[in-house]
Amino acid sequence: MCSMIAEQIKIDGCGKGAGGWFDLREADVSYDHPFNAPFEHALNIDFVNESMGPGARVAVELSAEAARELALTILATLDRAEAGGFLNKR
Amino acid sequence: MYTTDQYEGVLAETISIIGHQGETVYAYFARPLGAGPFPGVVLAHHMPGWDEWYKEATLRFARQGYLALCPNLYYRVGHGSPEDVAAKARAQGGVDDDQAVGDLAGAGAFLRGLPLSNGKVGIFGTCSGGRHAYLAACRTAAFDAVVDCWGGRVMMSDEELTPRQPVSPLNYTQDLACPLLGLFGEEDSSPTPEQVALHERELKRLGKTYEFHMYPNAGHGFFYQHRPNYRQEQAVDGWNKLFTFLGKHLLAGAR
Repeated sequence: MCSMIAEQIKIDGCGKGAGGWFDLREADVSYDHPFNAPFEHALNIDFVNESMGPGARVAVELSAEAARELALTILATLDRAEAGGFLNKR
Repeated sequence: MYTTDQYEGVLAETISIIGHQGETVYAYFARPLGAGPFPGVVLAHHMPGWDEWYKEATLRFARQGYLALCPNLYYRVGHGSPEDVAAKARAQGGVDDDQAVGDLAGAGAFLRGLPLSNGKVGIFGTCSGGRHAYLAACRTAAFDAVVDCWGGRVMMSDEELTPRQPVSPLNYTQDLACPLLGLFGEEDSSPTPEQVALHERELKRLGKTYEFHMYPNAGHGFFYQHRPNYRQEQAVDGWNKLFTFLGKHLLAGAR
């Protein structure tokens, strides 16, 4: 690894990978070399299920600007949902 | 020099070798056909993994007359597409330095032990592989020459040290016992030109044999023809310098 900036969190949800939908258990967030995005470094998020092996992965590689905008948008969306009383309803 | 009336042949295949702590890992092995003797080169793959670029680079060394061996440093991470495996290694904070050095030393020992070997083995790596190549050349006696292409984090601050990478590779410089070639880009952010200059200062201070080349208008990974950072002129010159360096140190005095 070149930057070594990597974090992992536990998550709950589903993702659609090469083999279809699967349960997500972890999200790996890094700022390091992407595999495909045309940047030297990218904000990479791998939504994975480690118990299913390396192939259980849904990947995104974002520019730093796009990642910040996404993070803010996620939080804003959750704020609206909370304000509307939608949270905690599964 | 190759001429068009010569026979050419390369054998390339996946093999198993003995790596760190006697464990088996896979490696991609390419060699010229013929009785030799040939010099060897171990390839330390980059952060994106044991991927297509490294398989092609292994073939390139073989076509240039080297026994070329590229171990899968992510072997213990599990198996899947090279990208999926490398992503998992990235999430784990990279491979353990001791493990990488052990696997690379095992690859060097494999090549040196072949009846086709001329008794000389070098090591080449780019990106994190450049760092691993430097570490292996400093910490083992397995190599007769080392090529570090833009290896990041050769110089690590105390804050950057982790249980997997507990020592800054720069601290092992006094143990480097073979010639070093370093290829870098002025626009790289890891390593920066300032970090390369500090590395060079340490090599000079310790009286090591080395040559560093800092390319203008190039950043990280300027050999990678499949990436936007590819720089044609610098890459051609870099490959030429690399093969000149290896020829000088791995062919001279061979058995």
